[in-house]
Amino acid sequence: MANPILQVENLVKRYGEVEAVRGVSFSVEEGEVFGLLGPNGAGKTTTVEILEGLRTLDSGQVYVCGLDPQRDSDALKQEIGAALQATALPDKMRVIEAIRLFASFYKRQRDPQELLKRFGLDDKKNSFYSQLSGGQKQRLALTMALVNDPRVCFLDEPTAGLDPQVRREIYDVIEELRRDKKTVLLTTHYIEEAERLCDRVAIIDHGKVIALGTPRELKARSGGTTRIEVRLSKPASDGILKSLEGVVDAREVDGAFVLHSQRPPQTIVSLVKQLEAQDNDLVSLEIATPSLEDVFIEYTGRRLRD
Amino acid sequence: MKNFAALTRMRIQIAFRNKMFFFFVLVMPFAIFFLYAGVFAKSVPRIVSFYLGPVVAFNVMGSFWGLSATLVLFREQGILRRFHVAPVTAGDLLASSIAANYVLTLPTVALELFFARVIFHVPHLGNPVSLFLLISVGIISFGALGLVIASVTNTMQETQVLNQLLWLPLIFLSGATFPLAYLPKMVQRFGLFLPATYLVNGMQQTIVNAATPWSRYVEILSLSIWACLTFFLSCQLFRWEPEAKVPRRAKLLVAATAIPFLLLGFVENRSDRILREAHTAFENFTSAPSSPKPPSIGMPATPPSGGNPSGGHAN
Repeated sequence: MANPILQVENLVKRYGEVEAVRGVSFSVEEGEVFGLLGPNGAGKTTTVEILEGLRTLDSGQVYVCGLDPQRDSDALKQEIGAALQATALPDKMRVIEAIRLFASFYKRQRDPQELLKRFGLDDKKNSFYSQLSGGQKQRLALTMALVNDPRVCFLDEPTAGLDPQVRREIYDVIEELRRDKKTVLLTTHYIEEAERLCDRVAIIDHGKVIALGTPRELKARSGGTTRIEVRLSKPASDGILKSLEGVVDAREVDGAFVLHSQRPPQTIVSLVKQLEAQDNDLVSLEIATPSLEDVFIEYTGRRLRD
Repeated sequence: MKNFAALTRMRIQIAFRNKMFFFFVLVMPFAIFFLYAGVFAKSVPRIVSFYLGPVVAFNVMGSFWGLSATLVLFREQGILRRFHVAPVTAGDLLASSIAANYVLTLPTVALELFFARVIFHVPHLGNPVSLFLLISVGIISFGALGLVIASVTNTMQETQVLNQLLWLPLIFLSGATFPLAYLPKMVQRFGLFLPATYLVNGMQQTIVNAATPWSRYVEILSLSIWACLTFFLSCQLFRWEPEAKVPRRAKLLVAATAIPFLLLGFVENRSDRILREAHTAFENFTSAPSSPKPPSIGMPATPPSGGNPSGGHAN
């Protein structure tokens, strides 16, 4: 296998007393869409910003396109494209001007007009930045990340705060990057995004990688079971729920009980029987095929949501 | 160099779309110009000529307001972050701010000088080379001061407070608003430690006495050195990220911007050259036959000898 285009080994970053990243390691092959999935504050953005050369690291080693982001910052910036979080452009800058300006900074450039067409911003090209909607601003951010035809794209929470419709638009854009065989490092706290877009995912929590693999592998690791989430009118112990037919794992998460079952129909029947016997009631019941959320719950005992 | 040019063009383009820009670059300077030339100087050419240098210097010094505010705004909004991830250096960004400000300020200054000649019939504008050099180095150095201010403040509020704290002494104690010779002796001596005083005096001597660049070398050279120093410091202290706070070391470094004029202030306080020049200009202007009662802003007919002019004047 060729050298990975992106390599992170034992990365550590501290902010004063707080260790934001605690020994993260992963590598990404050329042409891969790689996701860092984790809750807010897990250390995803810090990791990405170190890879982009925006922040220094405290220990560990990081290579992007074979370059050290600190030492070879200038050369690296020519090779990467980034859509950062919490960034903006001057209000009175027009879309086309922004793209032309940023393209002019690079040795390798793509045609601004073609990019605008491709990302559906053609009719907005003469609008001021302040006149764009949230989704349009985000699409512009993605467009700008591609002005230099980068080898690696860093997309930091590209859909955070967008409504589902706009989010799907952004997914289409990222799918297109995959078709172009671009290497993409994507951070997200949306399960759906990671499952749908990423070839491989590293689940990050409290500055550590807790699981890494393809979405399918990760889900399989959680047993290929069906998730049954129930809320009961009275508390019940894990022990009783674990003993239900077909249940391989049961735990309490935020007041609900999450059961993993290999035979869901039998589990439900035995659950109802148990509850009747204990004079307990079922308040709600949800059945879901396993997702990366289950993987997260399995490792951390918490949900991924904010 | 390519990035610098592209960024400068962008800054100029954006400025023209900003209403605040028109207020600060056109409305304010011309309001002050006409206030001094038309009201205080009562359109008397010789008096307009006396005030012209300080008024233009006032306009030139205003550069630091706009530059500090824009840079802090860009940082707070995360605009600088966007540039950071592109192959743009702090030097490109800062130099382009200075260059754009220069290009945008120069026409206003040129118009003020033009109006002084055409509307107020000022007899001459002095030595054009000295005038150009002083105006240029003034715009650049005070612009660079704005960049340093932006680097040592964390929020827009802090920036505006620091701007005010610097602006008031710069305009009131340097001769930019009240003639230096008219201020109390102690204040005059203090004024010699301010860069503004050298700009004001240099401009005034150039316009009133047609001073050559050679005779103004102290002003031109000191402001040039100061411009280089402040620009260098602004590059050193530059922060891309809004959450990056000012390191304590930085605050010490900023004190370095005061060094050139601290040293020059001692020298000039010993020689009294600047103060003598300011007094002579003031005496000539107050004692000329054509305007026995000059002081359009209500000054005494004779130059005060260090007395305190009680009762502040509306500026």
